[in-house]
Amino acid sequence: MSSAMPMGRIRIVASAMFMSAVLLPAGAFISAAAFAQGDLAQIRIGYVRQLAARPPNLSNLIEPPEDEGFAGGRLSVRDNNTTGRFLSQSFTLEELDVAVGEDALPGFIRMVDAGTNFFVLDVPADVLLEMSDAVRGKNIVIFNVSATDDRLRDEDCRQNIMHIVPSRSMYSDALAQFLVWKKWRNWLLVTGPEERDKLFADAVRKSARKFGAKVVDERNWDFGADARRTAQAEVPAFTQGVDYDMLIVADEFGVFGEYLMFRTWDPRPVAGTQGLNPSTWHLTHEQWGSAQLQSRFVKTNKRRMTALDYQAWAAIRAIGEAATRTSSADFGEMEAYLQNPEFELAGFKGLPLTFRDWNWQLRQPILLVQPAALVSVSPQPGFLHQRSVLDTMGLDKKESNCTLN
Amino acid sequence: MIRLCVSAILAVSCLAAAVMPAQAYKVFVTNEKDNTVSVIDSDTLEVEKTFDVGQRPRGITVTKDGKFLLICASDDDTVQVFDIKTHKLVKTLPSGPDPELFILHPSGNPLYIANEDDNLVTVVDLEANRVLAEIPVGVEPEGMAISPDGKVLVNTSETTNMAHFIDTASHEIIANVLVDSRPRYAEFTADGSQLWVSSEIGGTVAVIDPATREIVKTFTFEVPGVTQEALQPVGIRITKDGSTAFVALGPSNRVAVIDARSLELKKYLLVGQRVWQLAFTPDEKYLFSTNGVSNDISVIDVAKLKVIKSIRTGRFPWGVVVVPE
Repeated sequence: MSSAMPMGRIRIVASAMFMSAVLLPAGAFISAAAFAQGDLAQIRIGYVRQLAARPPNLSNLIEPPEDEGFAGGRLSVRDNNTTGRFLSQSFTLEELDVAVGEDALPGFIRMVDAGTNFFVLDVPADVLLEMSDAVRGKNIVIFNVSATDDRLRDEDCRQNIMHIVPSRSMYSDALAQFLVWKKWRNWLLVTGPEERDKLFADAVRKSARKFGAKVVDERNWDFGADARRTAQAEVPAFTQGVDYDMLIVADEFGVFGEYLMFRTWDPRPVAGTQGLNPSTWHLTHEQWGSAQLQSRFVKTNKRRMTALDYQAWAAIRAIGEAATRTSSADFGEMEAYLQNPEFELAGFKGLPLTFRDWNWQLRQPILLVQPAALVSVSPQPGFLHQRSVLDTMGLDKKESNCTLN
Repeated sequence: MIRLCVSAILAVSCLAAAVMPAQAYKVFVTNEKDNTVSVIDSDTLEVEKTFDVGQRPRGITVTKDGKFLLICASDDDTVQVFDIKTHKLVKTLPSGPDPELFILHPSGNPLYIANEDDNLVTVVDLEANRVLAEIPVGVEPEGMAISPDGKVLVNTSETTNMAHFIDTASHEIIANVLVDSRPRYAEFTADGSQLWVSSEIGGTVAVIDPATREIVKTFTFEVPGVTQEALQPVGIRITKDGSTAFVALGPSNRVAVIDARSLELKKYLLVGQRVWQLAFTPDEKYLFSTNGVSNDISVIDVAKLKVIKSIRTGRFPWGVVVVPE
């Protein structure tokens, strides 16, 4: 696949030397040897990416940008360095892109041994846990920017993993609140063949119970992948014989979900992994100052910012915030600040973003988007919580079996 | 001068006006999503005209001679200069990209502009129409204030979360004060003894001693029945005598009133939705608040601390300035 790069390709990005750097083109890659350390306090961040193995690729589909995630991380390092200039702090980013099927652990351990304390990991859940356990007890904080698995916020949580990306249940709760508010409460759930599709379908069923909606019927998609020429014939029959308001689709790889819209037997809207989609970011999001981050990103990268770019940006901004607020590059002080209830991050969502102290999940409003417009932002009005309205989405304290230690 | 007096309060002012000509003012409001400015008469409290300006108008101020309006046309990447009487575009200033807020030197020149996209404060000579300097500051510069003696410029950066103190002679940063998340606005007291900085996402207002650059007081806000997250301070205005400060509290739809001497919260005034910027009439009889979501401005009677009227404007009123007629 196009985004798989040669294993072990490492780049080091940005340094305090470029502080006058408002004028410097972004993504100026230089070798580590070029750093003049001076009396700047160094904060080293490692970024490891390994994409999940996907089903056979289809031709002509919209591919994510090759530098997805990395580009958000680089912009965030630049933002941190602009601030770091006033505190004699310098942030560096080391990127490692691991091909599907390769072992990501050795490269990660090399970076740990070289003295990197903070990591942004864009890897599947099993790889994430393997990395976390390999450095247990060491001075490491890991930011998970892509694994949405609820088990990582539940029985498989780890003290050294902080989750920037929302869980599947946060996404499905965000969607469910909106549909309940719209009074579109009867859902037809269509689930794909992948394990991750089943996990999203589980989250949807739980959200329905939580907010008083109903999954009136379920169908499993087993027509194979490339349905472009057959969908018009197949989907009407597939969606017949059920009375529902909204079709909810669970197709995380985007293999068939796009082909359901406009082809159902009854005229019904589609939501879930396609159609109306819960996300952390969208190219049309402009509220709460986000237009500024959008234009900064577009100017630097000549493309739009994606949700994964935003998640990487937020992870590295959290590290920057810890360094700024403690005025320190000391790991212990920064870790303590990140895990202090006082920690908050301004993330262009209108509310401060904070971490849940029972599983280190970042609390955040969730955007509900369709391809060319933002539709709504959850939590929806009227969904209240004794602690924070943001805790109406995802595993609440009493629901989570996470023990952090 | 013939006027229709529609309310008891106005009747009093009309009567007074008949006896002794009171100062009348014009209120100019930028409408961010209409690309217009609404002109309001401070006596009638009615919109008397709306005129077209550049794209996404936000910050607005008036030149020292009172002849020209300066408007940040953010999406046009310029500051536009309008004749205050004819409302005609006179010229555009080289502002740098995405200007949002600015402040004039007390002498009337130069103009200091926050350029959000480029992490710069641009210094523009109004007469020569050229850029004098570009000062690198933190990420997303926004709030701008200048000490009454004109020696110290303060800029707040929304993502760096600092108030940067800048020497106006050397254009160098001389100090940085860390404040709470997303500092939006800065304002000196008239005697220069305090600097007030609002932090929108942090939900606080810091009062800084400009001499020591220490935070002497941090205000948090609390309104029964309003979620803590909605109490997001933005615009600040302080009376010339230094007795009372007003803080616009964003989506809580409130303006906080603070005793600026004892530094104690006095009360909250209910205004329109998503209140951002504030401006006094020069006689400080009225304070106007721009309410972005309800598309209006609220008129606050400063002596009585009461909201007396809402005036419909264009869409998303953002900035406001009041000038003598």
